[in-house]
Amino acid sequence: MSSEKKEREPLFSLKNRKLITAPLGRDNPITVQVLGICSALAVTAKLEPAFVMAISVMAVMGIGNVVIAALRNTIPPRIRIIVQLVVIAALVILVDQVLKAFAYDVSKQLSVFVGLIITNCIIMGRFEAFAMANKVWPSFLDGIGNAWGYGWILIVVAFFRELLGSGTLWGYQLIPNAWYIDNGGFYANNGMMILPPMALITVGVIIWVQRYRTKELIEEN
Amino acid sequence: MFTNRYIFIYSSVMVIIVAAILSSAAVILKPYQERNIAIAKIQGILMAAEIEATTENAESMFDQVILEELVINQDGKVTGRFSKGQLTDGDDRAFDLNLKSELYNKRQGKSYKVPLYIAEAEGEKIYIIPLLGKGLWGPIYGNIALKEDMNTIFGAEFGNDKETPGLGAEISERAFALQFLNKTIFNDAGKFVSITVKKGGVGTMPAADRTHGVDAISGGTITSDAVTKMINNCLSNYVAYFKSQN
Repeated sequence: MSSEKKEREPLFSLKNRKLITAPLGRDNPITVQVLGICSALAVTAKLEPAFVMAISVMAVMGIGNVVIAALRNTIPPRIRIIVQLVVIAALVILVDQVLKAFAYDVSKQLSVFVGLIITNCIIMGRFEAFAMANKVWPSFLDGIGNAWGYGWILIVVAFFRELLGSGTLWGYQLIPNAWYIDNGGFYANNGMMILPPMALITVGVIIWVQRYRTKELIEEN
Repeated sequence: MFTNRYIFIYSSVMVIIVAAILSSAAVILKPYQERNIAIAKIQGILMAAEIEATTENAESMFDQVILEELVINQDGKVTGRFSKGQLTDGDDRAFDLNLKSELYNKRQGKSYKVPLYIAEAEGEKIYIIPLLGKGLWGPIYGNIALKEDMNTIFGAEFGNDKETPGLGAEISERAFALQFLNKTIFNDAGKFVSITVKKGGVGTMPAADRTHGVDAISGGTITSDAVTKMINNCLSNYVAYFKSQN
C-alpha cells in the first residue's frame, strides 16, 4: 500500500457520475441483474405505493451504504454479514415507523413489503460488493444510483399497470367515465394488469426493449 | 486482526446504539401513529355504514353520522351511553373500549363489555358492530352494520395486518365485503346463526341457509374460517341486547 497523497477527486467526477448512471441502464438491478423482483411484482399495481416503495428503498440504501462505508474498516470480517443485516433491519424499521406515522394509507397498501425490504437482495448486494470496499461519498452515490435503478423500473411498471388496469394514475381517473361499457361506451379496464403475472410480463417487455437497444447485454449461447 | 474480545464489544455496542435509535424513534412517532390508527378505526366504522371518509373529514363525519355510542355488558344490558360529545350514562365511552382485552376477558370467563354504534345512514337507523379476531398470521378486524331490524346486514368492512397478499388478504377487498349485504344473522325461528364464510361457495349450502353464508376466498381457507369465527364470536355478544330490544 502506498501512502502517497492522491489528488482530491471532484465530487461529481466521471467515475462518480457513472456510479449513479450505470444502475439506471446497463447495470440495472432489476432488468440486468434480476434482483428484487418479488417486491417489484407486488407493489406495482398502483403508482403511489410503487413511488413510496422506491423512495423507501432509496432511503435505506443511501443511508445504509453511507453507514457501512463509514464503518468498513472497523467491521470484523467474521461478523460483517450480521452487521450489515442489523444496519438494514434498523433502517427498514425506521422507514416503516415513519410511514405509519405520516403516510398511513400507503403503509397499509405496502403492508408486509416494507418489512421485506430487509430481504431485498439489491441492498445486501451493494453493501457487500461496494460499500465494504469504498469511501463514503462514492458509496452514497452507488446506493442512490442502484435504488433509483430499482425505483424507475417500479414506477414505469406501475404506470402501465395502473393506467391499463384501473384507468387511473395516482388515483385520478384518466379514462373518461363515458367510455366504459357499463356507461354505454366501448372500453373496459384490463383486470389482468392488476394481477402479479402482468407485472412480470411488463418487466419482461422492459428487458426486451433494453436488450434491443443495448446489444452488448445479449448473452451468447 | 480483530480479536474475539473486539468482536464481542463491537457487537454489543452496535446493538445498544441501534436499540436506542429504534426505541427513541418509536416513542417520538407514537402519537402520530395512534392518531392514524384512531382515524382508520373511524373510517372502518363509517365504511360499514357505506360512507367513504377521507383522512381529513373522518372525524367530523363520525360526529355527524353516529347518533349514539353504547357500551353493552355480557348480559345485554346498556351500561354506558355517549352521544353528541358527552357521556349521558355510565362512565366509559364505547369508542375507547379496548375490544382486544374485552374479548380476552370473555375467553377467560370474566365479565366484559362491548361497544355498539348507532348511526343514521340513508334515512335509516343502523347498528354498527366492531369485529376483531385471529387470522392466519395476525389480527383480522372489521365492522358489520345491521339494519333497524337488527338482523339484516346493511354493510360490512374487513381489514387485516398480515394475511398473505393475493390470498387471505383479499378479505380486505370491497368485493368480499359486498357479499355480506342483505344477509341475515338470525334464522326464521329467531335463532342466532351468524354468517358463515363457506369454502366451495354459498351454492354448496342448503338452500335455507344461503342467506346466512358468503363465498370464501380461494386459497385463503384459514383466513376465511377465521372470518366466520370472528363474526360469530363478536356478534354473539349482542344477541341478548337485540332480543331485549325486540
